[in-house]
Order: sequence, then C-alpha cells, then structure tokens
Amino acid sequence: MKNRNRNVAVIGAGMSKFSSHREEVNQPEMIHEAVVEALEDAHLTMDDIDCVLHGNMELFEMVHQPDMWHVLGTGAWGKPGIRLTTGGTTGATLACAADNIVASGLHDVVLAIGFEKLQEGHTTGGITNMADPLWGRSLQTGALTGTAAQKLIDQFGEERAKYAAMKLRTIMDENAMRNKKAHRRLGLDRRYIKEAADNSPPLVGELRMIHMCSQSDGTCAVIFASEDKVAQFNANPAWVVDHETVHREETIVFNPGKSTQRVAAERLFARNGITDPRREIDVFEMYDPSAWWGLDWLGDFMLCDGDEHLSMVENDDITMEGTIPVNPSGGVQASNPIGATALVRVAEAAMQVRGTAGGHQVPRPVRRALASGFGGTLWTVLMLLSKEKPQP
Amino acid sequence: MASRVPSPPRAAICAVAQTKFEANKWRVRMQGMLWEVIDSVRRQTGLAFGDGGIEAAVTVSDDLFDARTISDGAVTDVVGAHYRSEEKVAADGAQGVYYAAATVMSGHHDIVLLAGHCKESQAASRNMITHLAFDPFYTRPVGLDYLAMAALQAQAYIARSGITESQLADLVVRARHWARLNPVAQETAALTRDQVLAAPMLADPIRESFMYPVSDGAIAMIIASEKRAREITGKPVWVTGLGNCYDSFFPGERDLAGNFPLERAAQRAYAMARIDDPKTAFDVVEIADSYAHQLPQYAEGLGLCGPGQGGKWLAGGGPDKQNVNRSGGMLAGNPLMLGGMARVAEAVIQLRGEAGGRQAPDAKRALAHGATGPAGQLQTVIVLESGGDAP
Repeated sequence: MKNRNRNVAVIGAGMSKFSSHREEVNQPEMIHEAVVEALEDAHLTMDDIDCVLHGNMELFEMVHQPDMWHVLGTGAWGKPGIRLTTGGTTGATLACAADNIVASGLHDVVLAIGFEKLQEGHTTGGITNMADPLWGRSLQTGALTGTAAQKLIDQFGEERAKYAAMKLRTIMDENAMRNKKAHRRLGLDRRYIKEAADNSPPLVGELRMIHMCSQSDGTCAVIFASEDKVAQFNANPAWVVDHETVHREETIVFNPGKSTQRVAAERLFARNGITDPRREIDVFEMYDPSAWWGLDWLGDFMLCDGDEHLSMVENDDITMEGTIPVNPSGGVQASNPIGATALVRVAEAAMQVRGTAGGHQVPRPVRRALASGFGGTLWTVLMLLSKEKPQP
Repeated sequence: MASRVPSPPRAAICAVAQTKFEANKWRVRMQGMLWEVIDSVRRQTGLAFGDGGIEAAVTVSDDLFDARTISDGAVTDVVGAHYRSEEKVAADGAQGVYYAAATVMSGHHDIVLLAGHCKESQAASRNMITHLAFDPFYTRPVGLDYLAMAALQAQAYIARSGITESQLADLVVRARHWARLNPVAQETAALTRDQVLAAPMLADPIRESFMYPVSDGAIAMIIASEKRAREITGKPVWVTGLGNCYDSFFPGERDLAGNFPLERAAQRAYAMARIDDPKTAFDVVEIADSYAHQLPQYAEGLGLCGPGQGGKWLAGGGPDKQNVNRSGGMLAGNPLMLGGMARVAEAVIQLRGEAGGRQAPDAKRALAHGATGPAGQLQTVIVLESGGDAP
C-alpha cells in the first residue's frame, strides 16, 4: 500500500438513468439526479459536502468549463471544487482525486461527479479530434478500433476468439438485464451467441456493432469521506485501499511493450500484496469499451497467461455466480456516458462492497473489489476498494 | 474542524520555470513550450522521471483553447507520463497548484511535476471560446462571453466603488512599469495614461488596454513532500494556505460588484495558514487581474482593504504599499488558463529572493490568487511561505 495520510472511504453513490437520449433534462438537471441519489444513499445533505469535483470531455457537448453552468446541478455554489479531465479515464481520475483530497486533510467529505450527454454532440468526431492534427488525425477512427479483435483472432484462432468475445458480450447483457439503470438491455440469448455476432454489422474488421459500447447520456456521483466522518455519519463504507494511473505516449505504432492494463495491475497488486487477483478480488468492474477489448484486457488485469482469460469466459468464471464476477452492472457495453463511465465503475465496485447493488448484487460476500478506467491513448486507472479498513 | 489530522502534511514548491510570454509563439508547438520549462525544473532540481524522482504529473490545459479533445494526451511524453501517472486540471493553473499539493499532502506521491500550457494565439477569438461556457438556453443566445461578463462586472463594481477610468488607466501604466523588470513578461512597452485611455473600447467600460492581451506560454513547477523538498532544494517554498470557491452561474444570481466566492476562498486559505489580518500578513501579493478593474475589486475580496474601499485603496497607493503584482500581472500578459499559476510562480520567485529588480524586500510570506470562469465565478487563493523550516 502507498503511504496514506489518513483513510478514505466511499460512503454513497448515485447515478442518473442511462439512455441514448435524455432529452427531458438539461445538463445540470441530469447531474442533479445523480447528486440527489448519492446524498440519499449516504444519508447526507449538501451541507455535509465540503468539496465538489467535476469532470467530463468538453468537446463532446462543446461547453467550455462546464462546471460553471453545472453549478446549478452539482450543488457547488459556495463550495470548493476542482475540475479534472483525462478523457475516458476522467471518472476514475475524479475518484483518485477525491481520495487524494480527503487523504490530504484539506477536505473531509468530497463529492465527485462525472458527466456526459453524448446525444448533444458528435462522439466519434469528438474522439477523432484527440489525434495530433499533423500526424494522426487522418488515421483516427474515433474509438472504433479493430486491432484487439485481430490480435485475439491471431492468438487463439478465429472460431474460438469470436465465440469468446461474443460470449463475454452476452454475459455483460445478462448482467445489464438485472440493472435498471443500464442503457442497453438487449436480452441476448446464449443459444445464439455465434449468430448474434455474425448477423451484426461490421464496424472495423471483426469489431461488430454488437461488440461496441453504447453512446449514452448519464451522470454518476460518488461521495468520499475521511475515517472520522465515516464514524460520525455511522456510514456504510467501502474503503479505498490504493489507486494507480498509467498513461502512455500517443504514437502507439512506435510503442511496443506491455499494455497499461497489465502494468497498472502489476503495480497495484504488488504494492498491496495481491498475488492471485482471480482469487483475492471478489468483483471486478472493468471499463470495457468493446467485447474484444474487454476480453483482451481481462487477461491483462487478471495477470493471465496464455489462454486463461478465454477459459475464464468459456467456463463462466466471470458471471454473477462465477468465481470472479466481472461487471455485474452490465459494464460499458451496456452504458457509456464517457465522462461518467469510469466513475460508474468505482461506484459499482463500491456498491458491491457495501452490499447496495440491489438486483445486480453478486450472491456472495464481497471483501475486495477492483475498478478500472480506460481513456486517452490506451491509458489505465485502477482503484482497489475493500470492506476492511486499510491498516497502516 | 474536528477531524483535521493533528499535523497536516506539507507540500513545498521546489522549482519553477516560465517561458517568456508572447503574443504568438509561432516558432514552437505546445509541446515545445512545455519542454523548455520542464527541462528547466529538471535541471534546477537534478530530478529524473521515475521512482525516487518525478513520480507523476499534474497538467493544466484546456481542450477548447487547444482545439483538441483530451488536450493532455498531446503532452504525455514531454511531462514524462509514459507508463506513469498524469492528471489534468481543466481550469486556471492555480487550481492545478491546489490539486498537485493535495496529491503530495495525501501521501500518494512524494514528487509531482506540475505543468501548464496554453496558446491563445491559436484561436481566432478568445471570446468565441469563452462564449461556449454559457448555457445554450438563456445566456448564450444573448451573446455573453467572458469579456462581456467582465464588462458587466466592471460596470457594477465601478458604480459601487466610484473608481474612475483614470485610476484604471494608471494601473495599466503601473503594470507596464513592473513588467519591464520581469524577464518573462510580454507587454513591456511604457504607456502613458493618455495612451491607455485612447485604446479602443471593447465592451464598455473595458478598453483594449484594460484587458489582458492574447498570450502564449507554459509554466512548470516541482511540488514535493516535506522530506523530499529538503533534499531537492535549500529554498523550498511551503504551500501553507489553500482555498477556493464557486459562485453561482446566472449573472442575475450573483453580486457582480461583490466578492462572495473570493471572500470564502480567502477565508479558507487564511484559516489554514493561520492568518488573522490579511492587510499586514503578506510581503508580496499577486492578483490575477485579467481586467484592470479586477485588481482593486479582488483586493477587496482578498481583504487587502475593506469592502467597498478599493477606490480609496488605489488612491492611497495600496498596490505599491502591499507589493501587489510586481510581476506586471495579467495585464502584462499571461494566457487565461495560466493566470493564477503565473501568480504562484512569481510569488515563489519573490520568496526565493530571485526577483531581481522587482524583488520585494524581505519577502517571507506571499499571497497568490487565480480565477476561473465568467467574472471570476471560481476563485482560488494560495498562501506561500519561505524558510528552511516548515512553518
């Protein structure tokens, strides 16, 4: 574990309903939904909040410094706050920042808010605009990337790889069907895994529309509190054990080496004495922007060798009832309001630890949960939560 | 507060570097501007990237000013974040100082690089960008941008304080005087009051000369924990007070002539730094004066003079007596995104006694201010102190 000035826990989480079109609410109104739910979950009022963190990707909605307007929904009037943005990882960065700020002693109770209303902009155009205007923009295809599919097909053969990716997609949908907040709840049927993929329109190579995450509107709000406040509020805590951020330089083609997913996992686990994540972690909420990426990164995050990650999917290890449930929420393939998405992973992981996930609570005790964020040029943020308070 | 840890951990700024601020740094890309200042703080401290050295980066930039989604993605390599941590604060750089200090005070990092950049020259119009900060239903359709909001703020403040246009012009003349002594300042040509008052009117009462000029530049700092700071430098500058605060959004809900968010931000920073009387507490003060009228208005909010006393404060030579903006301030040219960060940089230089001809004597404690959003909707206040021993 890293040095920690004082312990910090998640004591409340809220989300708006996720949907392709939240046309009945404007941006601050949609933020307000999640903030109210988080406060109710923590049995607090806005008066208890010391600091408000805000993040999204502003070129999607084309609102400059949106935390200004959003004060109407975030409740930050008269309060301290900071806006942090790191692309897709924004929500996870907000969680790390909330942990840091509470741990620093600067504030006792911090509300982190991730937000996106993708309906109000052009998502693929917005993402394409992240590439260097001179060197990469003409090649960028938004977030639609076929390389993970090709890599897995090369590694494990077309039939096995395609089946495993679509089975993972189907498991995610089974989970989403139990989460009433999820955007896409398709009712995919395990009897037609092969057909569901084959009949879906191809986007890039074997990345098909069914494999890809949704484009959603939504907000997530998570409340972090100091150890003293946890006691004072008699709160139900999910303790933050540690977090790790790993970025990489943008010119990927010149950039061989380990994935940021594996590097982040190795560092986080080594610092916290985890040698077998598949046994020592009870739930994993992964930012899985497509079934192919989800399948590939499962191997990296869980430190798999060879084809172990495909076996995990084939053997139902990652289902709600499996040995290491992945995305009981349905994950990012079900709901992806980008600036909120990585914070949703932290919120969902905390809900599993706190036992507040309702219809998608995994059916066994959760002592330890892991959440991942993905963004930028294949960046990773990991946060580890636990039922037990970390001991210095 | 009861739950404060008994001995709050401290963070120190151990090195700063700024590019020269210029109206158009067309010779160099954003990454090049950053490398100049990052290379400088690495040389000043002897630190390398990696374990035992610079562990992580906090950056400051803005997607709209950079016209680039995830503007920090463009700088991963120069800030040393390849396979390391980088987190971007998308607001005035004083907010970046606040957050970078928090990451160190939390115990998570010992040494952090803080790096901010902005090239305002790339935008056809800064107003075009800041116009997009307004909600699409009520305030955007009437054409608000940060300049128009500053003009509304100036009208309200001038009406309440009675400050004259000549007094504001003299502030511009004064800014140019100090800017000539600051090697990184952009606008150094001497101006007379008449020349300032002859500048075209942009948004009544704001003349072109009353507004911070279009500016390009970058700033880097090394922020470290108490233990590591002493190893890195003999002249650490301690971050002893941090405060910030949001005002509401709609102009009609705000007292534009007042200082609600700044007063709260200052209260928080002063409480942390154990400052009772801000009128006498500081040897150096740096205020983010994007517009001339904001210097006396924010001086009121910071408690350098009483509420409503900004006009008297100017007439009585307050800026000179309290060593305000010896850098030249924003009026001499910093990008909006770096306004507060440049104030912190100047405060550090003053506290280290390295300010040359503009050095304030015996500078031990400094106040640095930053503002983000329309008419300073988000205010940031930072107290910095010198001394080999942590205060």
